Amino acid sequence: MSTLSLSESMYEAIRAHGEETYPHECCGALLGRHGEDGWQVVDAIKAGNMRTDSAHNRYNIAPIELVRIQRSAREKGLEIAGFYHSHPDHPAQWSPTDFAEAHWLGCSYVITSVAKGKATVTNSFLLAGKTEEDKRFEQETIQVGNAPGEQSEDLEETTSIKEQR
Amino acid sequence: MTIYIPTPLRTYAGGKDAIEIGAATISEALNSLTNEYPELRKHLFTNEGKVRAFVNLYLNDEDVRYLPEKENSQVSGKDTLSIIPSIAGGCETVREA
Repeated sequence: MSTLSLSESMYEAIRAHGEETYPHECCGALLGRHGEDGWQVVDAIKAGNMRTDSAHNRYNIAPIELVRIQRSAREKGLEIAGFYHSHPDHPAQWSPTDFAEAHWLGCSYVITSVAKGKATVTNSFLLAGKTEEDKRFEQETIQVGNAPGEQSEDLEETTSIKEQR
Repeated sequence: MTIYIPTPLRTYAGGKDAIEIGAATISEALNSLTNEYPELRKHLFTNEGKVRAFVNLYLNDEDVRYLPEKENSQVSGKDTLSIIPSIAGGCETVREA
C-alpha cells in the first residue's frame, strides 16, 4: 500500500476547505515530490468548482486553472501529486463518477466526507494502472506529520501518524 | 515550441516534464512528439487518431478547441503547449453508507 504524506496543517486545511464550501463540494490540487512509498505533499492549492449547476454532488476544476497550477508547480520544482475534493453528506469513498473521470494515473485522489458541515473521514486513493483501460483506485495510507521545513512545537504531535480508513 | 507533459505521462516521455519540438502547427508538434515517444500516442489519441475527450490542450493560455484553426493553428518557438488531463468527479452516485 502506498502512502500519502502531508503536514498536519495541510491536512487540516484540506478538511477545512470542505467545511467552507459545504453543502457544495470543494476541490484542489496537491503539489509535491514522489518518495519511495508514495507522494510527499508540499503544497495544497484551492481550486474553484466549475460545476455550479450541481456543486453539491459534482466537481470540476477548470483546465486553465490546472495549466496555471502545473506552471506554478514547475516553477517550485514540484509535481502535481494529486487532487482533493469533498463529499458533502456522503462517505469518503470514491464514486463511479470519481472513477470514470479520474485520468491522472499514478496520482493521489483525496476525498473528505463532510457530514452536516463537519469534516469527518478523509481517505486517499492512488489511481493505479498504466492505461485508461486498466486503471483502478487503490486505497492509500495517509501519513500526517511534519512537512519538510515545517516547524512544530509539539514533538509528539508532529511525529504522529494518522491512518484514515 | 515547448510541450509540457503532465505527471502521469512523464513515464512515457523519457521522464521529462518539458520537451522542445520544432513544428509549424500544433498538429505537427503532436505528431513529432508521438513519433519521438510512441508510447504517448495511446494516452493522447483514440484509435481513430482524435485527441481523447479528457485530454485538454492549451496553447499558452488558450484552449486549442476554441482556436479558429484548432490543432492546425500556427505556432512559433516561444509558444508553449500544455497537455492537461481533466479533473472532475463527485459523490453523485455514491451509495449512502
